[in-house]
Amino acid sequence: MEHISKRFGRATVLDGVSLDLHAGEVHALLGENGAGKSTLLKILAGVHTDHGGSILLDGRPVRPRSPAHAGALGIAVIHQELSLLPALSIAENLFVERPLGWFGFIDRRQERARAARILAEVGLDLDPDLLVERLSLPERQLVEIARALGRGARVLIMDEPTSALAGPAIDRLFELIAGLRARGVALVYVSHRMEEIERIADRLTVLRDGRVVGSARVGEIPLDQVVTWMLGPRHAPADVLPVSPSARDERLAVEDFSVDSADGERRLVDRASFVVSAGEIVGLFGLSGAGASELLLGLSGALGARARARAVRISSVPVRIGSPREARALGVAFVPADRTTMGLVPGMTAEHNGTLVVLPALSPLGWLRPARERRAALAMAADVGLRPEALAMDAATLSGGNQQKVVLGKWLLEAPRVLLCDEPTRGVDIGAKAEIHAKIRALAAAGAAVLVAGSDAREIAALADHVLVLRRGRIAADVARAEATPAALLALAMGHDEARA
Amino acid sequence: MSETPQHLETPAPRSPGKPAAWHHAPLARALVSLALVLALGVIFPAEGAFFRLGTHQGALRQASVVGILACGLLPVILAGGIDLSVGSVLGLSAVVAAKLSIHAGEPAWLSVLLVLGMGAACGAASGSVVAFARVQPFVATLAMMVFARGLAKTTSGGTKVATAVPGPDGVLRYVEVPPLFRALDAQVFGGNVAAVTLVFLAMAAIVGVVCARHRLGRYLYAVGGNEEAARLSGVPVRATKILAYVISGVCAAAAGICQAAQEQQGDPEAGVTYELTAIAMVVIGGTSLKGGRGGMGLTLLGVLTIGYLDKILSINAVPEASRLMLTGAIVIVAAVAQKNA
Repeated sequence: MEHISKRFGRATVLDGVSLDLHAGEVHALLGENGAGKSTLLKILAGVHTDHGGSILLDGRPVRPRSPAHAGALGIAVIHQELSLLPALSIAENLFVERPLGWFGFIDRRQERARAARILAEVGLDLDPDLLVERLSLPERQLVEIARALGRGARVLIMDEPTSALAGPAIDRLFELIAGLRARGVALVYVSHRMEEIERIADRLTVLRDGRVVGSARVGEIPLDQVVTWMLGPRHAPADVLPVSPSARDERLAVEDFSVDSADGERRLVDRASFVVSAGEIVGLFGLSGAGASELLLGLSGALGARARARAVRISSVPVRIGSPREARALGVAFVPADRTTMGLVPGMTAEHNGTLVVLPALSPLGWLRPARERRAALAMAADVGLRPEALAMDAATLSGGNQQKVVLGKWLLEAPRVLLCDEPTRGVDIGAKAEIHAKIRALAAAGAAVLVAGSDAREIAALADHVLVLRRGRIAADVARAEATPAALLALAMGHDEARA
Repeated sequence: MSETPQHLETPAPRSPGKPAAWHHAPLARALVSLALVLALGVIFPAEGAFFRLGTHQGALRQASVVGILACGLLPVILAGGIDLSVGSVLGLSAVVAAKLSIHAGEPAWLSVLLVLGMGAACGAASGSVVAFARVQPFVATLAMMVFARGLAKTTSGGTKVATAVPGPDGVLRYVEVPPLFRALDAQVFGGNVAAVTLVFLAMAAIVGVVCARHRLGRYLYAVGGNEEAARLSGVPVRATKILAYVISGVCAAAAGICQAAQEQQGDPEAGVTYELTAIAMVVIGGTSLKGGRGGMGLTLLGVLTIGYLDKILSINAVPEASRLMLTGAIVIVAAVAQKNA
């Protein structure tokens, strides 16, 4: 790939990225959220077609027009969310785009025989007639790889393939990757786990802000340098903040908190224990799949029985939070990461979105009091720095920053005792980001216990009094504010389990 | 977990602050639909019949029973659901109302209370299946539709429950039409407005006020607009859904009593396909079947639009078969127009 660039509207997401992949080589691709990795992969896979620059495959210029065309060229992407059809058998899935047979009649015998051969190639000993929905997640992933190989893929792109896998399944995947490499397949491996990159990748390239900032052979480069590439020169947090007043009494205590995956096969959060004092901001830093998000979701009651704990105490009183309603009654506020799917009701005004949490208090006997509601909404708007005119607008049409202010603000009309914020400023402009950070700090200063989760090392380092670094669902380190530089956090989150701080 | 900067990929929001063009406003669209139908009446007045008061009185009276169903459907549709059982619950209610007031001779207030309670129970059953068993509303209420129709036929013994009551000796005796039915079948205000129209307007007012001014109404919009966001904000999602179906059931029961009063009998076949007309009324008014958008004002316009359409076609002696076909076509046109909003 040479000088690939891609713009969305006025934003340049990729700016002259060049990358060369060699047959029989595993190339690791790293970069923070928004660095442009996904966009680059989507261009290769034929999802985005309006890009600048050129792609050369075996020296010939190609331009994938669609995912099917990319597949025909020999480029296949294994996504984090797998794309198999669960109600069909393995064999049917392998040949779903081009069934074997003639004139539209499917030759099932031939499909089964071919499927068995392909499955054997990826070391999967399964009956091709099994329905995909009966397979475990790692098995599905292997079937997905088998499907790509069955179509003659020579360039295989894996987007965080291990994020949903446990130890033995990872070993199996890596054996397969080694086999593919030996057969001359070129692999792109997107991951942040240095341990894995060191095990299987030959070279690594780091993207930042849509550019290649560094590329090296694995093993010849220390983790510190990779982290520096990822974060860029702006290491120190822009605003140096006063440490929150010394922690007061214990507000939230969590012992052995675990969250199961939806299929119950793995633990997304594994026996996390920690304490947050009133007035304290604790950061939860982890890269995608590390479990920071799930930890907050679980504490908020949103995951119901999937979240379990030996004990959760709020102000030393043991509690059980089984639903968001129970959380609200206990004074636990939750600001989710994705405001469009989990935070806002589109079609409702910002005012009505903003009063949704406290509506019972605003409507005695059930009847709404528009004047009272208006006053509450204005107070909320003033509190989070939202223009009062914005209150009358459909929440879906607000800017990202204003939407986030509403999602945070709706919890503040009844001062929360515990505030859980997941990626509180993702996709928010700089001005709104500063306001939201200031508000979170003010809430802590007013006595709330605050947990802020995220994968933006700078944000967590800037906000938190101390930071819990998560890796594979476990708390891998507890970093005091003085040591919690973005680089240190990122190195810990990417690093080996042995390399504890 | 996506690595893409999502804020860059979402389509640019409509320029904030600027009001949408008038023809994108749902109210304007609903008014245009109604105006078009009325224009149809002006163009085809059926030898002046369209300009007679009686035609308009008739249109309103005939639209009232289905209109009551539409009022009940509104909360369900706002919450992102659908209720296919309203026509059957209407039939069941008509039968039970006739049994209670004609055969058993119960007083009006008791009959009404029992039938409305039964409608509420039907709604609560559908709603609970939707909310707790997480069965799709389409399937849950389809089951209730079939069940309630069967119950109507069982209760009535398969025949119409009329004022000809079989005695113990098998001989038919004719009894008085009960006062409840006479009252509901009457014309009030100097014979200008049908009593069922008043029932319709009363139901519309009650449901409309609940949707617009009660906490439940706000929760309906929230659940229909984004169920997950509502749940995370502490909205009682299950209770909201169940109550929506209860309102729908009560309205269907009220419509059943009105229907029985108009026919002076309880017909177990009453209300077949009414659910579809009622859904068409809500949708043509501009309430989104996806939930979260719409309201009672729009629904009333939808009731008038479909009601007038039917009346204008019938005074022009368009046969029922063609009327059905035309109604189907118009619903599609309205749905496509809404989609492009």
